[in-house]
Amino acid sequence: MKYVDEYRDGALARSIAAAIAREVRPDRVYRLMEFCGGHTHAISRYGLEDLLPANVRLIHGPGCPVCVLPMARLDMAIACAGLPAVTLCAYGDLMRVPGSNGSSLLKAKAAGADIRMVYSTLDALRIAEAEPAREVVFFAVGFETTTPATALAVRAAERQALGNFSVLCNHVMTPPAMRAILDGGGEGDETPVLIEGFIGPAHVSTVIGVEPYRPFARDDGKPVVIAGFEPLDVAQAILMLVRQINDGRAEVENQYIRAVTPSGNARAQAEIAAVFETREAFEWRGLGSLPASALRLRPAFARYDAERRFGLAETPAADNPACECGAILRGAKTPRECRLFGTVCTPDTPMGSCMVSPEGACAARWTYGRFRDNAAAARRKEIA
Amino acid sequence: MSLAKPIRRKLDLANGRVDLSHGAGGRAMGRLIEDVFLAAFDNAWLAAGNDQSAFEVAACRMVMTTDAYVVSPIFFPGGDIGTLAVNGTINDIAMAGARPLYLSASFVLEEGLPLADLVRVARSMGEASRAAGVPIITGDTKVVERGKADKIFISTAGVGVTPPGLALSSDAVQPGDAVVVSGTIGDHGVAVMSKRENLEFETAILSDCAPLHGLVADMVAAAGPGLRVMRDPTRGGLAATLNELANQSGVGFTLEEDAIPVRAEVAAACEFLGLDPLNVANEGKLVAIVAPDRLEPLLAAMRAHPLGARAAMIGRAVEDPDRFVEMRTVFGGGRIVDWLAGEQLPRIC
Repeated sequence: MKYVDEYRDGALARSIAAAIAREVRPDRVYRLMEFCGGHTHAISRYGLEDLLPANVRLIHGPGCPVCVLPMARLDMAIACAGLPAVTLCAYGDLMRVPGSNGSSLLKAKAAGADIRMVYSTLDALRIAEAEPAREVVFFAVGFETTTPATALAVRAAERQALGNFSVLCNHVMTPPAMRAILDGGGEGDETPVLIEGFIGPAHVSTVIGVEPYRPFARDDGKPVVIAGFEPLDVAQAILMLVRQINDGRAEVENQYIRAVTPSGNARAQAEIAAVFETREAFEWRGLGSLPASALRLRPAFARYDAERRFGLAETPAADNPACECGAILRGAKTPRECRLFGTVCTPDTPMGSCMVSPEGACAARWTYGRFRDNAAAARRKEIA
Repeated sequence: MSLAKPIRRKLDLANGRVDLSHGAGGRAMGRLIEDVFLAAFDNAWLAAGNDQSAFEVAACRMVMTTDAYVVSPIFFPGGDIGTLAVNGTINDIAMAGARPLYLSASFVLEEGLPLADLVRVARSMGEASRAAGVPIITGDTKVVERGKADKIFISTAGVGVTPPGLALSSDAVQPGDAVVVSGTIGDHGVAVMSKRENLEFETAILSDCAPLHGLVADMVAAAGPGLRVMRDPTRGGLAATLNELANQSGVGFTLEEDAIPVRAEVAAACEFLGLDPLNVANEGKLVAIVAPDRLEPLLAAMRAHPLGARAAMIGRAVEDPDRFVEMRTVFGGGRIVDWLAGEQLPRIC
């Protein structure tokens, strides 16, 4: 595949890996968080950890929209899908996310709710046009990457005077989540935050640009390197972070210059600003309630806001108390250190947010990397 | 006064639709069977008009299989539900190293199905069964009300005979055995997905739907008892098949990603859909596990057959109490090749 295989080249990977191995200081540990699920996926899918020295540790962050969606919001979507005449449209990877009491969109669909898997907001708009008797609700989730598409859909619905289309908005923002990770688990939580640098988001940064990450470098002293989603992008970003840490620098650098500009996509930002406003606070699965971290529709678009249109309310729903997702997302614990991991909590029966999507920290470890946690496998590898 | 002989009206195969009378056991059903299925399958067993068909088999080890086909859409690039129903069941027989002999076919039709679509499917089945030399010798048709089925469901069963002395088994894999695939993977799944509602994309990829018993006969001749087991990696793809074999044989597998044949178009489609070709269905490919000393003759025989031209060794069985399927990626790292947790669903970003 042109323009793709180049970024997965094994020989180039070995040369970058050799440079990282040469430059890391043996007397210290480099704890780097890749914020995005896309990075987690690339790291796991290509076995990047095998190419890194043992003292470079990658911590999988919360940048997986499916993982951070709290149960209460999923319960709300399921309740919405159960209302008369409602057709709920959702992205495919939301279908299996566990809600309260073992519920999910897939199970609600099997029980008779009209839930349809769509691949874009345009699909949902088309359904609304084609079936005027249905109340079509688009279950909007995601970071800044998917928010502009939802904004465009709302504007298109307004333009076409589509009276039967609305959005159940769960869009969240990246910088507040990075802030929450650096600020730790809140009052009473003494877990130290060990992250020394961030591999910054790829697609999110194409929208928001480079500037929003400056405070993490300037105020917190944490270097950020924005990186593409291919494994060579990630490897190069790790080398750049190692160099910053070795030099005692904390800067925002852009490895993904083929797609990310300093100020981002102005048109997309304008669409977001026109349609959405910031919520006072929003619950994140694994991170808790974060102030000014999510969006809702502006009052001018109230009729397209499913929460207002159907009077939907959140019913608090608690995760399994033994679940360590919060500590894992802050880099304070590894998946293996959670006693639910791989026992009652697997991708087939996820208990916590990190096990939900293949991009989640625990699911990625389980699906692609659990052989590393196994002594017999490690021995076999040594022999080979 | 003698009654005038009623004029037998032919079915309107161009514009007509299946209705409930076509499954009611009366004259309408008789016409449907005659004009559609007998015409398409065209053999002496069916022409005899019995509720069953008889055939002679010499004393031997036989195999039998059955499968249901519910694909959507029913027509896709490179095939349709009819070619699948014939070749899929032939392949299930062939994976035992057996020679398929006869098929049966049952149809569940949804009221309203255009007769032209039914004829097209039946003709595909007739052509596929003649090309494979495996006749459809008995069948059944039911019609259900609109909404109770999705256009057409087909169930086929097949019987076949195994060569003397050959006993392939999924628990026979031993550490050191080689893993071989017969060609590019993922073609069928991507071809079908390219025509799914809401997901249509332009592609030149055709389903690989094909009967594999000819290739299998050559493989059996070349590798003999060195052949441990064969599977056709349909739903769940190569990943599911190898995990099944690992579990049943109590071994692990190590694969080399760059040895696994994947068409560039399939890789590209999987890339933008967020899918892994290893999880995508195939309908004309097989995985064979073979003793190391029979690997070279096996590969030579496969590559000499048109359906095995791109056959490749992709890995080995290893001792592993965890029964992991591991892979060295093109990038140089290692990873597990796991089962899918549920249906393969495209990712958001």
